[in-house]
Amino acid sequence: MRVEVDVPKCVGSGQCVMIAPDVFDQREEDGIVVLLNDRPPAELHADVEESAVVCPAAAIRVVEK
Amino acid sequence: MKQVVVVGASAAGLAAAETLRREGYEGTITLIGDEPYHPYDRPPLSKQILGRQWEADRVPLRAPADLDGLGLDLRLGTAATGLDLAGRTVALADGARVPYDGLVIATGVRPRRLPGDGGERAHVLRTLDDALALRDRLVPGRRLVVVGAGFLGAEAAAVARGLGVEVTLLEPTPVPLAPAVGERVGRMLAEAHHDHGVDLRTGVTVAEVADGGVRLADGTLVEADEVLVAIGSVPNTDWLEGSGLTLGNGLECDEYSAAAPGVYGAGDVARWHNPLFGTAMRIEHRTNATEQGMAVARNLLRPDARKPFAPVPYFWSDQYDFRIQAYGLLRGHEEVTVVEGALEERKFLAVYRSGDRVAGVLAVGMPPKALRTWRQAVATRAAWRDAVGELVPEGA
Ligand SMILES: Cc1cc2nc3c(=O)[nH]c(=O)nc-3n(C[C@H](O)[C@H](O)[C@H](O)COP(=O)(O)OP(=O)(O)OC[C@H]3O[C@@H](n4cnc5c(N)ncnc54)[C@H](O)[C@@H]3O)c2cc1C
Ligand code: SF4
Repeated sequence: MRVEVDVPKCVGSGQCVMIAPDVFDQREEDGIVVLLNDRPPAELHADVEESAVVCPAAAIRVVEK
Repeated sequence: MKQVVVVGASAAGLAAAETLRREGYEGTITLIGDEPYHPYDRPPLSKQILGRQWEADRVPLRAPADLDGLGLDLRLGTAATGLDLAGRTVALADGARVPYDGLVIATGVRPRRLPGDGGERAHVLRTLDDALALRDRLVPGRRLVVVGAGFLGAEAAAVARGLGVEVTLLEPTPVPLAPAVGERVGRMLAEAHHDHGVDLRTGVTVAEVADGGVRLADGTLVEADEVLVAIGSVPNTDWLEGSGLTLGNGLECDEYSAAAPGVYGAGDVARWHNPLFGTAMRIEHRTNATEQGMAVARNLLRPDARKPFAPVPYFWSDQYDFRIQAYGLLRGHEEVTVVEGALEERKFLAVYRSGDRVAGVLAVGMPPKALRTWRQAVATRAAWRDAVGELVPEGA
C-alpha cells in the first residue's frame, strides 16, 4: 500500500492520528498532518483506509492498494 | 442484502457507500443526489472557494477513479421525491422507482431564508453554485451585509473582509455564538470582527431582504449591494412527508441511527439518541456526517451485531487568522473555564461543564496533543471535580 496526503487540504482535525498513530502525526504548531510512513505495513492497512474515509478534508488518499 | 439505496450524495452518503464496500458488501448501491456534481466538500466553500484560493476542481471528495472503483449506480441531478416504506421503494423525480432492502437517508439541510426578494443580490451559502455566485460579487469596495453571526456567517464575513469588501454583520443576540460557545469566547469572536473592520451590530433583528439592502424589525434599512443570509438551516425531509417515518427536528432515529427497520439516517438531516450524552441530537458538523455514514453502513450490514452511534462531536471553524476546534456538546453548558493560554491572545483552551461532567472543550492555537487529552475527558465523561476542580456557575 502507498498512501498520500494533500497537506494544503488538511484542516488539522487529528482524526487520522487517533485511528493510525503509527502512520500519521500532527505538527505541534498548527496541527497539520505529518505522514510518518507512506508505505505502511499490512497490519495497518485497515486503519489507513479508515483514516482516508474519515478525514474531514478528504486529504488522505490510498494510491496503491 | 442485495440492494442498498443511499439518498443524498454528499459527505454522509458517500461515507456510507464507501463503508459498505470496505466491509465486503457486493450488492448494488444506488447513490441518489439532486445536485449535478460528484460528491464534493462544503467546508471549503466559505473558506478557500469564497476567498479565491481554490478553484472548484479542489472540492470533489474523491478522485473520479476512486469513485468509479466503488461500482455505484450513481443517479446525480435526480431528486428523491417519495418513500414507500411498506413497498420498500424510493420514488425519483424522473419517475423511476428504486427498490431497496437497505436504505440510508442522508439528504442534509438547506439554508433558512428571509422574506423578501433580493433577486440576484440575495445569497445563501450551502452549495458550490451558491459559493461561486457570491464570490463573483465580492469585489473591493462592494458593500456586503451578512445576516447572522453564526460560524458560517462569521467565516464568510472574515473572508469577504480579506477581499476588500465592506462588511456589516447583523446578529439578533447580544453576543455572537454565546449559546454555543459561551459569553467569553463569543466576545473574543466579536473583538476579532472589530479588529478586522467588520461593522458588527448585535441585538439587531432583520425582517426582510428589501430593495437596496435589508429591512430591520424596527423599519430601518441597512443598505447593501449584496446580502448573505446565514440564519441557520432546515433539514431536507420534505420528500419523506407521509412516508410514516417520524419527522421532527430532522429525521428522528434511535441510538443505532435507525429510523425504521432497515432504514437509517446519517449526517445533518438525522436526529438520533447519543447514548454517550444520554440525549437526542442533530449535528451539522463535517466529521459527524462521515462518522454517522460509516456507522449506519455497518449497522445495516450486521443487523444482529448493531452498535449504538455514540460519538464525541467535533467541529472546526476558520476565522481570520485563527482556527477554532471543539469536541463534545458545548450547547447548554453551565460553566466555562479557560485552563490553558489566554482569550486575549487568541491562544487558549476552554473546558465546558454540564452537570458534574466535562461536556466539551474548545481551543484556539493550542498544540493538538492538549486538545486530544481533553477530548479523552469528554469521551470518558470525566467528572468535572477530578478534571478541573470546583464547580462555579457561569457568570459567577
Ligand atoms: C459553507 C459551509 C461551511 C462549512 N464549514 C464547516 C466547518 O468548518 N466545520 C464543520 O465541522 N462543518 C462545516 N460545515 C458543515 C458540513 O459541511 C456539513 O455538516 C456536511 O456537509 C453534512 O453532510 P451531509 O452529507 O449530512 O449533508 P449535505 O452535505 O447537506 O448533503 C446532502 C445532499 O443531499 C442532497 N439532497 C437533499 N434532498 C435530496 C433529495 N430529496 N433527493 C436527492 N438528494 C437530495 C443535497 O442537495 C446534498 O447534496 C460547513 C457547511 C457549509 C455549507
Ligand atoms: S484526518 Fe485529515 S484533516 Fe484531520 S489531521 Fe488527518 S489529514 Fe488532516
